[in-house]
Amino acid sequence: MATAVADRVRRPLQWGHIRTVARTDLKQLAQARDYWIPMLILGAIFFVFVPTVLLFTITQLGDVNAVSQLSQALEVLPERAQDQIQGDTETARAGYALAVYLFAPVAVVVPITISTAVGAATIVGERERGTGEFLAHSPAGIREIFLGKLLASLIPGYLTTIVGFGIYSLIVNTIVGPEVGGWFFPTRQWWILMLWVVPPFLALTLSLVLRLSAKVKSTAAAQQASALVSLPLIMVAYSQATGSLYGGDALGWYIGAVAWVLAVIGLWRGVRVVTRGRLLGVADEQ
Amino acid sequence: MTTITSLPDGTVAPMNGPAPTIVLDGVVKTFGTNRALDGLALRVPGGQITVLLGPNGAGKTTAIRTITGAFTPESGSVTVFGLDPAQHGDEVRARCGVVSAKPALYDRLSGLDNLRYSAELYGLGRGSMVDAGIVEAAARFGIEASLHDQVGGYSTGMKTRLALSRSVLHRPDLLLYDEPTSGLDPESSHAVLELIREMTGDGSTVVMCTHLLLEAEGLADQVVILQDGTNLVEGSPDELTQRYWPDALVRLGADDPAALDALRDHPGVVGYDRTGLIAVVRLDGPERVPDLVAALTAAGARVTRVEPHEPTLEDLYFAVRQASGHSRLGAVAGSAV
Repeated sequence: MATAVADRVRRPLQWGHIRTVARTDLKQLAQARDYWIPMLILGAIFFVFVPTVLLFTITQLGDVNAVSQLSQALEVLPERAQDQIQGDTETARAGYALAVYLFAPVAVVVPITISTAVGAATIVGERERGTGEFLAHSPAGIREIFLGKLLASLIPGYLTTIVGFGIYSLIVNTIVGPEVGGWFFPTRQWWILMLWVVPPFLALTLSLVLRLSAKVKSTAAAQQASALVSLPLIMVAYSQATGSLYGGDALGWYIGAVAWVLAVIGLWRGVRVVTRGRLLGVADEQ
Repeated sequence: MTTITSLPDGTVAPMNGPAPTIVLDGVVKTFGTNRALDGLALRVPGGQITVLLGPNGAGKTTAIRTITGAFTPESGSVTVFGLDPAQHGDEVRARCGVVSAKPALYDRLSGLDNLRYSAELYGLGRGSMVDAGIVEAAARFGIEASLHDQVGGYSTGMKTRLALSRSVLHRPDLLLYDEPTSGLDPESSHAVLELIREMTGDGSTVVMCTHLLLEAEGLADQVVILQDGTNLVEGSPDELTQRYWPDALVRLGADDPAALDALRDHPGVVGYDRTGLIAVVRLDGPERVPDLVAALTAAGARVTRVEPHEPTLEDLYFAVRQASGHSRLGAVAGSAV
């Protein structure tokens, strides 16, 4: 008699297969300039262009009106966050607050947007191109294929963010640093945000996006559905990222831990949706 | 080797000859309301070429996908190398090389990178030794000069050759080819079929699906004719020919219809049918043919044709389908003999 899926012999994950799937997907992505050039532009706008213009306007051009408006906006920040703002002048404090607190969502929006764009096409794309047939008949386990594709979707977004974060750090330290007595960025909360809070939100989003990619019939449908899924997640991640910066270290660790738990659950559920049948384009095959 | 016949209960009769690499018994696979495999029973002997013949939708591709464990059947048993692919799929797949109707290649990558990807997934690793093996596999199919080009720029024939190279790269024990010549011109098709023939030389078992009867002619050690997810018949072409045409057939032409009709009562003639000045005569043995020619000559007829009829795979296919009540065309083909 046929054997149920649950009875299949489970062997340990082969990281070599995961690496190979991820590397090959990334190699294909690197060949697709029409894919990664918009990514770079998005990262450059959020991490370089906008911060540079705003911070330069406040600190160097001495735009009194802008500084005044920003100072009023700072009053809505939690007391803990206000206490941490450095600088002796209003301009310095405005620049510091802008750099540390108001650009936090950037760290979330960029990776989720980029990774969602990549992830949405990853499984349905194999099916559309017919290459799913190769993977379905290969000895790579379905969990390995899923995780390889997850990595291949996660890396472009996260890498862009990390590189952008590095450039952003240079920019804010260069522009605002002299106003507040030297290099101050990244703060401890930003390290927690980047290394502990952002990755699970990214993984959680991708677990949903890859599930959609396995289920829908076309790349276009996957991108539409992924946009619907990622938008609320961006909003949640946005608020949580901001909270982790405003609320101090403990809150950041707590938010990250909860996000990791949700991400693991999302991944566990996501991997069950991907089947060899779905790689072959047969929806109800388990 | 003896003829393999599926039994009414969906199992297969025991066989002599090479040990079976694949055994399917009563396999059922459905997609929604469509029963793609309906009690399929099949034995594929090792080291030979087995051709699955059948019209579109007969279940050939589903059979291949079930053999590799990509599909799990609802009922019935599948054994490949003595393993159940539903449980030991990764082990089974590691020993298979598959070429599907679409070459399933990554267009953005070079031919070399496509083969490297396969080499890594099949456990060959990376490095110069592996690359040497890749070039060797590509050379076998005459595609080595294009390995550094992006596959998106390949012709259909080049893609097929690369897919074939990929299928043998890890030296699999079982090669599963699903319409490998799909989209190829006749010359390329012929070359590909020659290469497939060569592969059994190193002990590989080959299963090839096709709906092109000419492709299977001369290539198949064993033929399986599928229809509606079940096999109508399987066996070697000679065995099946013997089964469906136990008598010798000869087409005789003469300018005297009366002399031709007189052959009806000639010793050894077991069947006779004449259309115009051509008669199709069924004999109890081919040694009777010279006697018939002599009889016509003695009757004063001028003999215009003596053509022993050797049934082709096409004849066999239509005869089987006619016998199973599946083909209207079969009735036409069948009536010719």
